[in-house]
Amino acid sequence: MTRTKSAIHTPSAAQISAMKVVLFLACLIPAALLAWGAYADTLGANPIEAITRGSGEWTLRFLLITLAVTPLRRLSGLHWVLRFRRMLGLYAFAYGCAHLLTYVWLDQFFDLGAIALDILKRPFITVGFAAFVLMTPLAITSNAYMIKRLGGRKWQSLHRSVYAIAIMGVVHFWWLVKKDLTWPIIYAVILAVLLGMRAWWRNQERERQLQGAYLRPPGPGRIIKIIAK
Amino acid sequence: MLIKRPGDIAPSEITPRTLFDQRRDFLRQSGAGLIAGAALWAGLPSGARAASLGALSKSAFSTMEEMTPRKDVTSYNNFYEFGTDKADPAERAGVMKTRPWTVRIEGLVNKPRTFDIDEILRMAPLEERIYRLRCVEAWSMVIPWVGFPLSALLKQVDPQGSAKYVQFISHYDPKIMSRLPVLDWPYREGLRLDEAMHPLTLLTVGLYGETLPNQNGAPVRIVVPWKYGFKSAKSIVTIRLLEKQPETSWNMAGPEEYGFYSNVNPEVDHPRWSQARERRIGEFRKRPTLPFNGYADQVASLYSSMDLKRQF
Repeated sequence: MTRTKSAIHTPSAAQISAMKVVLFLACLIPAALLAWGAYADTLGANPIEAITRGSGEWTLRFLLITLAVTPLRRLSGLHWVLRFRRMLGLYAFAYGCAHLLTYVWLDQFFDLGAIALDILKRPFITVGFAAFVLMTPLAITSNAYMIKRLGGRKWQSLHRSVYAIAIMGVVHFWWLVKKDLTWPIIYAVILAVLLGMRAWWRNQERERQLQGAYLRPPGPGRIIKIIAK
Repeated sequence: MLIKRPGDIAPSEITPRTLFDQRRDFLRQSGAGLIAGAALWAGLPSGARAASLGALSKSAFSTMEEMTPRKDVTSYNNFYEFGTDKADPAERAGVMKTRPWTVRIEGLVNKPRTFDIDEILRMAPLEERIYRLRCVEAWSMVIPWVGFPLSALLKQVDPQGSAKYVQFISHYDPKIMSRLPVLDWPYREGLRLDEAMHPLTLLTVGLYGETLPNQNGAPVRIVVPWKYGFKSAKSIVTIRLLEKQPETSWNMAGPEEYGFYSNVNPEVDHPRWSQARERRIGEFRKRPTLPFNGYADQVASLYSSMDLKRQF
């Protein structure tokens, strides 16, 4: 019966496509605002810092939004929201690329020696760079062809590294802040909730397995009793 | 010796009488009275309240480098009492009342005294000092400050022989300032007495020829150009002469990151970022950071016997 209910709420393929177009454009807004700010000189006295900051924060936000898809789907029953997850994840990667490019180009001006030294010597850059490196294979395998090639199980376990990436993203932010940890703490709490929900559900699932829920055939309960004896 | 003195008119009185009266009338007439008045006052861009400091003498200490535009100097500030975002102080510091204002000088001095801000403004000829400012966050500006050597003020209170350090305490009002425990308020900074008496150390009352905007530390602050910016305490209310090295806010918050001396030094990195280069506000590419922020000729001798990598 849940099937029919959700069927009523499930948008058609055309509606999903339309929503994807809207979402695609919406995700470009932060980048457009930063680009416009840079052009119109409204980013303040230190525009390079503002762009670095902005692109980095949006990377983290998109990571958290991507990680919110599964809990949202589970809590709301709107299974079709899953259809937007890939795009959101790829946007996280795109903003991450912009962030790295800002650092390499605008901040360091391709001084590869200084960049290498930064990555080795500064823990916040080390962890940020590592998060970017780990994101790359996820972006490359975010298409139907790669899912098929890797196989669902392998693909899924690869993409679980997004949990580690998000944690590294928050740590990267936490370590770079001079003193005021307000925002890193806010991001950390959101991430903790998103990951905590998964851990909780997993744990419940495990308990159900331990109680033998999956051994129970769909028939009458007395068979279970026999097995249990 | 003929020294050109600035006029004796306090900058607070420069507002034309007619305009002043008009404002009063407006306040009286406005139904909301004081509340509206306060909102209007706070909402005024601080630049609108800046008053000219009159004729200023030039200084041989000034740099010829291109000055950072006033707009950037007054909109990109670290004044954590008003928030940790660079834009926060310009938005929020307007509520700070800078009149009446007094500076108490106490501790190991023979003539402890409380100075009124107008008295300070008339104490010595005001000079324009175009200094480089290097922030510990690796950006820099060139700012035409207005003030006179701090030594002129300290001489008035006659420091005792046992005084070795000077502590500066900034204004703190939890009603209008941050209550976040980011730093241990009130903001405290300090210098060794010989640093404080150095002719480069400026008791600063203005920038770009006008009184200081609130976000830049009105009405009176210290500027120590060869040290990272946080050493130059803003909106000072107390100066205390001490025998022992005083506690300072950033040093208390992170002793391994912010030393008591905090001289600009490209060879001593902040533990989390390099200090070898800096971004001059308005420039695209980073430039190398100079030892003592380019003031080595004047101040390096103060530290001749010290290992500056250890006593950073």
